[in-house]
Amino acid sequence: MSTDRTSSGAKAGTVTTVVIGAGHAGLAMSRRLTERAIDHVVLERAEVANSWRRERWDSLRLLTPNWMSRLPGFRYRGTDPDGFMTMTEVIAFIESYAAWIGAPVQNGTTVTSVCPDPYGYRVTTDRGTWRCRSVVLASGAFNTPTVPAVASAVPDSVRTITPREYRNPTDLEHGGVLVVGASATGLQLAEEIQRSGRPVTLSVGEHVRMPRLYRGLDVQRWMMATGLLDERYDQVDDIVRARHVPSPQLVGTPARTTLDLNTLTASGVRLVGRLAGVRSGKALFSGALRNHCAMADLKLGRMLDGFDAWARAHDFDAAVDLPERFEPTRVGASPTLELDLERGEIRSIVWATGFKPDYSWLHVPVLDRRGKLRHDGGVVDAPGMYVLGLGFMRRRKSSFMHGAEDDSNELACHLHAYLDSVTRHTMLAAAG
Amino acid sequence: MNMASKVDNGVNVQALLDAREALSQAPEAARFTWRAASTWMSGTHTRANVKGFDGLGAAQQHKTEFSFDVDHPEVFASEDNGATPVEFVLVGLAGCLTAGIASVAQNRAIQLRSVKAIVEGSMDLAGILGIDPDVRNGFDDVKVTFEIDADATREEIEALVAQSQKRSAVFDIITNPTNVAVMVK
Repeated sequence: MSTDRTSSGAKAGTVTTVVIGAGHAGLAMSRRLTERAIDHVVLERAEVANSWRRERWDSLRLLTPNWMSRLPGFRYRGTDPDGFMTMTEVIAFIESYAAWIGAPVQNGTTVTSVCPDPYGYRVTTDRGTWRCRSVVLASGAFNTPTVPAVASAVPDSVRTITPREYRNPTDLEHGGVLVVGASATGLQLAEEIQRSGRPVTLSVGEHVRMPRLYRGLDVQRWMMATGLLDERYDQVDDIVRARHVPSPQLVGTPARTTLDLNTLTASGVRLVGRLAGVRSGKALFSGALRNHCAMADLKLGRMLDGFDAWARAHDFDAAVDLPERFEPTRVGASPTLELDLERGEIRSIVWATGFKPDYSWLHVPVLDRRGKLRHDGGVVDAPGMYVLGLGFMRRRKSSFMHGAEDDSNELACHLHAYLDSVTRHTMLAAAG
Repeated sequence: MNMASKVDNGVNVQALLDAREALSQAPEAARFTWRAASTWMSGTHTRANVKGFDGLGAAQQHKTEFSFDVDHPEVFASEDNGATPVEFVLVGLAGCLTAGIASVAQNRAIQLRSVKAIVEGSMDLAGILGIDPDVRNGFDDVKVTFEIDADATREEIEALVAQSQKRSAVFDIITNPTNVAVMVK
């Protein structure tokens, strides 16, 4: 690596690989590159685990139990393997990993542009420019909240907020709250906002229902044992659909409670269909709520059938509780189709409608017409470029922290082979 | 897929899958415009014809022109020359969901023997007659009851019915708002 110090004291120069982002994925890749003696730098816009520090709500805990918190060569060693990390604990975990692997992280360095370059890529930052053979995008899958187009038609009298800004219910005015979205985020926020005394209406589209515990074991234990988490992107029927599946309705709590639509209904939350439009100040909800709930119930049933079949086949029945089935999702006879947003009943809207990565700085033609990165299991459609941490990128577990273990290993392997081929070509060209 | 080859619901699933693949590569070709032309006959009687539509980047035609008489029943003091407009909506929903069930069943290698549906839409005439401004004109409830005989478990049949709703154009049209522009030439 050849480096220069810029006037600001930051290093820049030429390096084999630039990793963008020092979250769990970028650090896992840093470890893999170090193992292969590939010189690299990890550029971090703020500090290690930044999104976990600044872009998450107060009560959030990981959806995976502590025993699953693993990174290459490193794992949770605390006294509560079945517990769920708070954000403070996640930050500490990732920080200690960065220190343990001695990752070459350059904090406070915002990447403003990545461009093709005769050498490979030119990575411009607010603190100098790097040239490199290869780039690993580990800047996260949850940079920008996705807000539906109808948001622009919401009357000004209603305050709207995304989960990136939301910290706790006191951020919202007193009065009714419409939470849009029924994935893990939507359900968790609906639950705590309702508990704060603000009546919640939850807009529910397609969703994934999941109990926290099944037959006495964490559902993640079942998903791992039965191979669901390891299912590969090139093995599923329809990867586009699989990547669109919303995050499962789960919450990590010390009591290991299940959070589903029935729990919320029992606490007084009103369920409505998917938000289909806002017209003349009125929110219009789809009449398909019943089918969305029926589909989620059917899929849950199939998943549990799969768990039971696995238990039978592996002589596991005696080790766990008896099989159980959960009450179908309760949907009222005629869910509300229309809410007047100007009447004062709804004071705030929370857009729990997902996140997307931000590639505004990526000036390499690798985005499709919808702005999504073209990649094959993390191998981006540009030589020497890789991505980590996207949903179902190589496996169902890719977006989880422990998913980075296998993904980073395989992509580092690919990256290594790529560097070898580039070196061979360069040497052949030099030999003329 | 030996199973699949024995199952025949009369649906060419391979053609649908091929079309899905082709159209995901050529998004413009996936834009379709459907068209009906109508002429007032007399009273509440209208005749509507369906022949041409646009899709796959070109003008397309049905094999033959289809004609539909639309009217109202005698209890509305009409001549009852055809089904009511709202019944056509129910017909559309039945046709759409059932086509979906057949396609999904074929794709899942489920042999269907019979698929019957009763589609009911209820409304309060106080809406269209202008008796009560708080009552909507259209259906306040739509109920579809399927009776399906197939080589499948109840769960598999329920999943077919659920998936057909998920992929149904008419179900979407009925359950979600749509911008409608009505103009005079």
